[in-house]
Amino acid sequence: MANAIETRGLRKRYGQATALDGLDLTVRTGEVHAFLGPNGAGKTTTIRILLGLLHKDGGEVSLLGGDPWRDATTLHGRLAYVPGDVTLWPSLTGGEIIDLLARLRGDGSARHGSAKHGASAQADRQRRQELIERFELDPSKKARAYSKGNRQKVALIAALASDAELLVLDEPTSGLDPLMEAAFRDSVAAERRGGRTVLLSSHILAEAEALADRVTIIRAGRTVETGTLAELRHLTRTTVDAELAGPLDPARLPGAHDVALDGTRLRCEVDNASLNAVLLRLASVGVRTLTCRPPTLEELFLRQYSDQDRAAERQRVLPTP
Amino acid sequence: MITSLGVRAPKRRDSSGGGPLTGTRALVRLALRRDRVMLPAWVYVVVGGVAANAYTFAKLYKTASSRAALVASGESNPALLFLYGRLNGDSVGALTAWRYGVWGALFAALMSVFLVVRHTRGEEETGRLELIGSARVGRQAPLASAIVVAAEANVILTALLCIALPVLGLPAAGSAALALAIGTCGLAFTGVSAVTAQLTGGARAARGLAIGALGVAFLARAVGDAAGAGGPSWLTWVLPLGWTETLRPFAGERWWVLALPLALFAGGGWLSVTLAARRDHGAGLFPDRPGRPAASAALRGPFALAWRLQWPALAGWAAGYAVMFAVCGAAAKGIGQLAATSGALTKEFTRIGGQSAIVNAYLAALMLLGGLVAAAYGVSTVLRLHAEETAGTADPVLAGSAGRARWGLSHLAVALAGTALLLAVAGLATGLGYGLAVGGAGTETGRLLGAGLAQLPAAAVIIGVAALAFGARPGACVAVGWTAVGLAVLLNIFGQALQLSPWVLDVSPFTHVPKLPGGPVTATPLLALSVIAVALCAAGLAALRRRDIG
Repeated sequence: MANAIETRGLRKRYGQATALDGLDLTVRTGEVHAFLGPNGAGKTTTIRILLGLLHKDGGEVSLLGGDPWRDATTLHGRLAYVPGDVTLWPSLTGGEIIDLLARLRGDGSARHGSAKHGASAQADRQRRQELIERFELDPSKKARAYSKGNRQKVALIAALASDAELLVLDEPTSGLDPLMEAAFRDSVAAERRGGRTVLLSSHILAEAEALADRVTIIRAGRTVETGTLAELRHLTRTTVDAELAGPLDPARLPGAHDVALDGTRLRCEVDNASLNAVLLRLASVGVRTLTCRPPTLEELFLRQYSDQDRAAERQRVLPTP
Repeated sequence: MITSLGVRAPKRRDSSGGGPLTGTRALVRLALRRDRVMLPAWVYVVVGGVAANAYTFAKLYKTASSRAALVASGESNPALLFLYGRLNGDSVGALTAWRYGVWGALFAALMSVFLVVRHTRGEEETGRLELIGSARVGRQAPLASAIVVAAEANVILTALLCIALPVLGLPAAGSAALALAIGTCGLAFTGVSAVTAQLTGGARAARGLAIGALGVAFLARAVGDAAGAGGPSWLTWVLPLGWTETLRPFAGERWWVLALPLALFAGGGWLSVTLAARRDHGAGLFPDRPGRPAASAALRGPFALAWRLQWPALAGWAAGYAVMFAVCGAAAKGIGQLAATSGALTKEFTRIGGQSAIVNAYLAALMLLGGLVAAAYGVSTVLRLHAEETAGTADPVLAGSAGRARWGLSHLAVALAGTALLLAVAGLATGLGYGLAVGGAGTETGRLLGAGLAQLPAAAVIIGVAALAFGARPGACVAVGWTAVGLAVLLNIFGQALQLSPWVLDVSPFTHVPKLPGGPVTATPLLALSVIAVALCAAGLAALRRRDIG
């Protein structure tokens, strides 16, 4: 089976408002796939369709080879989900909820050896304990006493402790402190090595850059870019910083954009196709220092949203589901 | 391009002069904005209900002779005394006050409880109050604003009744007394619920405590009224709902009685403010203790979760039912004695069936009341599904391998089983209380257990209506569920006196339940009601499987 998740032309409307407008998303089995977009772009709506909580209005969607609406219960045994806004039952403790979520998935892990052999159940309990320690969670506290970050940890630990093939994580680090974020990244990297597929929705680009094999960027319910980070960068420009030996006529830099020349200090962005020509031109003037770097995802992202029609974007009314 | 916003320089405000009540007015406006539909609806239901019934009464019982039968049964039938209270006269006004005073006051009290808890502990539990508390809002402002809103609602309700009843031709003084009796009862429970909202960590429990207090108040006066001469008639005097009667609207008003609910309002307000000043934000009276670090083996699957979430409330309800119905059952003994000794009423007694028939009628009314309240419990329990869905806690369950139908069925099963348990407790406790008082606990307990459980199919129909609404129209399910309960109360408590046509009365499932104990047992209506209840629940679950979640 090649793809864990595949959607084509996915559509969803809420009354007058269009949430998804022909969304394409392909997540290959075994990869960490970052699903990026600004607030209200349709990330959570897509995930709720993948979980069979919402009906699609059009397009095709397949999840782990099945139909997420029709085969919901069997598919859910194979995935673990961390919602973006984790709400828990206030009267249950964190430890109880971790076990409960595992059992609700139909996991063997918390069955006290009834379905699994003693040794395997033992390993599961040990894994649960390790994760609780890694994320520094107090499992005996009632959920009503947890902060947002701690609620998030409960859902994360439950997902990571499971043996699901697919992890669906909706902005999983939005409440975590930097230390816990690092623990999260380590865990996801380990899961990827272990062969799990991860769909990671985020608007934190550094996270996607650090973790993802491939990226899909969506905007206003539509896919605007998809591919590996390298492929996405290929489409875009390289940032060039140079200190020059002599004067330069900025008009004579074909293929360079946003040229800023301050005396002999030059900064510009260059289409990759024109990189050779620009470097030759700079070399002819004389170069003292030169740095070329690929754009960060941040810059990619900014371009996606600033270059395209922002006015049209503003007029759309998008509900938050 | 990103448009740049103008920069606002921070302004130094004068930081003096903020008291604990700063911001109360803004919060009152916020509450009125949020309740712009619910609040007028409550006021309308109470005012409209009392006024419409007063109007019908005035038309139906114009002459003294037409009132005589109603007065005779009202004075002698313990079932009626239990449900409505004591009759203070034979004028149209006195009859109206008798029939609707206690119940109007009950609804005003319920309105106040819902309003106060919603705007205090409810807001605190969801965390919205934290955002408000960080603004220039005094420590006591949220509580004060909730009290002000509830008090305003009761004042408006009283004023509207003061206008409406005289327009219908009732004497002004009596109208004012009845209106004030209802409004001050609402105020008294504003005070009570302001206190319960300080005690518990959750809004559900705070509401439960206040409604429990209301239940105690109702049953105290019911027992006091029905117990007869030898019984504990002082019970009518001690708690709010009884004060509606002791005020004697339209029958030589005792105005000073109004001081009692007002004192309760003031005392409750003072106590709640004192408690609120001492506790931390978000905390109840008792701090949360650490719980188990791992789930017990039993907490597995949606059914175990639903049970785990709902059993504390059910335990509270069952305990309340046990005490209340045991007391009411024991009071039935006094009813038998009253019938035996009071010569003046013997004729009326014989007309409605003699001593055993009177006791049975009282017990049947008690079972009907138990059935209606159990239906309300069932509806609140099944509506937990809606609360879980909107809070987002349904998502992890549905993202697990439990299907929609199983999740829906989990809370529905707790609702149905819990309702059955409450009705069994009602029957057993009544039987035990009555049986131990008169001797023969064994037979009485068995007889009344059957009578209690006979209410189950009817209550299940009401629960089924709420379940269907949740499946098909989740946005309207809270309104639909509680309307169904309200309609059943209206038809079965007031329908006959209003001489509504049998066709209208038949709308309520409780109309079809055999009058037990005492009446003939017929299986057909019980079976039919069960079939309808199952069909409604199944349709609700089927609809739930087809719709979007969240």
